[in-house]
Amino acid sequence: MISLRDVSKAYPRSGDALRGVSFRLRKGEFAFLTGPSGAGKSTVLELIHFQTRPTEGEVQVSRYNSRRVRRRDIPALRRRVGFVFQDFKLLERMTAAENVAFALEVIGTPRREIAGRVQRLLSQVGLAARASSRPSELSGGERQRVAVARALATEPRILLADEPTGNLDPDASGGVFELFRMLNRLGTAVLMATHDADFVRRHREIRRLELQDGRLVGDSAA
Amino acid sequence: MREALAGFRRTPLLCALSVGAVGLSLVILGLFGLVAHNIGGAIGDVERRVEVVGYLLDDAGPEQVRAARRELEALPAVESVRYVSKDEALERARRDLVEFSNVYGALQVNPLPASFHLRLREGFRTPETVSETARALAAYPFIEEARFGDEWVERLFALRTAAAGIALALGGGFALVAVLLIVTTVRMAVLARGEEIEIMQIVGAREGYIQRPFLLEGAVTGLAGGLLALGVTRLAYIVFPARFVAVESLAWLPHAWTAAGVAAAAVLGLLAAASSVHREVGRAYGPS
Ligand SMILES: Nc1ncnc2c1ncn2[C@@H]1O[C@H](COP(=O)(O)OP(=O)(O)O)[C@@H](O)[C@H]1O
Ligand SMILES: [Mg+2]
Repeated sequence: MISLRDVSKAYPRSGDALRGVSFRLRKGEFAFLTGPSGAGKSTVLELIHFQTRPTEGEVQVSRYNSRRVRRRDIPALRRRVGFVFQDFKLLERMTAAENVAFALEVIGTPRREIAGRVQRLLSQVGLAARASSRPSELSGGERQRVAVARALATEPRILLADEPTGNLDPDASGGVFELFRMLNRLGTAVLMATHDADFVRRHREIRRLELQDGRLVGDSAA
Repeated sequence: MREALAGFRRTPLLCALSVGAVGLSLVILGLFGLVAHNIGGAIGDVERRVEVVGYLLDDAGPEQVRAARRELEALPAVESVRYVSKDEALERARRDLVEFSNVYGALQVNPLPASFHLRLREGFRTPETVSETARALAAYPFIEEARFGDEWVERLFALRTAAAGIALALGGGFALVAVLLIVTTVRMAVLARGEEIEIMQIVGAREGYIQRPFLLEGAVTGLAGGLLALGVTRLAYIVFPARFVAVESLAWLPHAWTAAGVAAAAVLGLLAAASSVHREVGRAYGPS
């Protein structure tokens, strides 16, 4: 479903962010992307989301290939690949429900379907009761759940999460992680970047891709 | 449309400022257009009166004159040929030059020659065509002399060229100012909505969907600015000449000009917005 083949990424000033990275992530799989800060985790996720292109090698996400993709196909690709951030990126002036509705609206969901789908998405992440709260009235864990509900609005097959628990206390982190596992059991592939080594160690059953200085130095599935 | 108006509602002051600034820069254009149109009209009037005159020798036969007249009328540059006979010339001299009427009245022979008066078609009233036509006229053996106000024609032509050049330069300059204003306004609108745009791009909204409200905002700003400029120019047209200009009647711009001006303002607004939004929004999609 996702494959990176000999991917290198160089930035004009800071040099090589990734060097010769190759791995595959299958349909419905769950994997951690680990490594110290600056190792290249975010760059990998951005490449898979086609926010940037490899300098060498290629990235394949379902039928989209980084060498051949056309600019106008990128929105369709991004609807299949949900993305959540460490800092949530919620719109502060909107309620939880409105944040989710916004995503549905901008991808062209028929107006009459939006309210029902917002409610279902918020229930799925366990936030039905907080639908009309603004982000400023929610805890960190709750905010990240809203962000996940928004990412699920396009019914993605893959969920990319860049340090999703980085701003959360251990309890909230555990809750968000459990949410990811539940979504994964329902069939969504998850690639979660984190530099929290303890957290990863506690879940040895999950595949772990380890980056260091832009190189893939370990893959527990290999 | 609802989306573009949302932009106006969100930042009404900025939008009003931008419409006002675009409008004012276009007013300059409108006023200049008004002046140019009237100068053009005046020059056209004068140009229409430019004549090439040929004086006939007294021994020219009527047959020769008729043939020459037909030939001259067939020239592509010639609009009309008027023949003034010796008698008519004398008649006119008596009427126009009252001081001499006694002198002419006492004359036994008519000293004035008959003449051809040629007017040129629009588009042919250039110094070259005028002198060419004069040469053609002078080539007839029975034409004693062909005349035209050569210096006068050249000056007129230079004036017209200069007027058109200034109109173009000033018009272009102020249109550019208006375009830059809209580029900046739209850019600020895009930056103000940076968070929303980022989220739209992340969840997979189409580029066209993201850009549309900004394009509309640009077009509406251009259109509103154009209409404002038209209104102010019209006001100036009504108020000013009555007080300051010693001209009997100033012509208002042709409808085609005003309609084209307002439409062009809207289109320029759209294009300005497109260039701005393409730069700002396009980045996240990487190279095409
Ligand atoms: N947009 C960018 N421009 C320049 N350098 C960048 C950019 N993004 C990341 N980098 C560099 O690439 C390297 C990897 O960064 P990143 O992928 O963010 O690492 P991580 O997410 O593991 O902390 C770092 O050295 C970083 O400075
Ligand atoms: Mg990172």
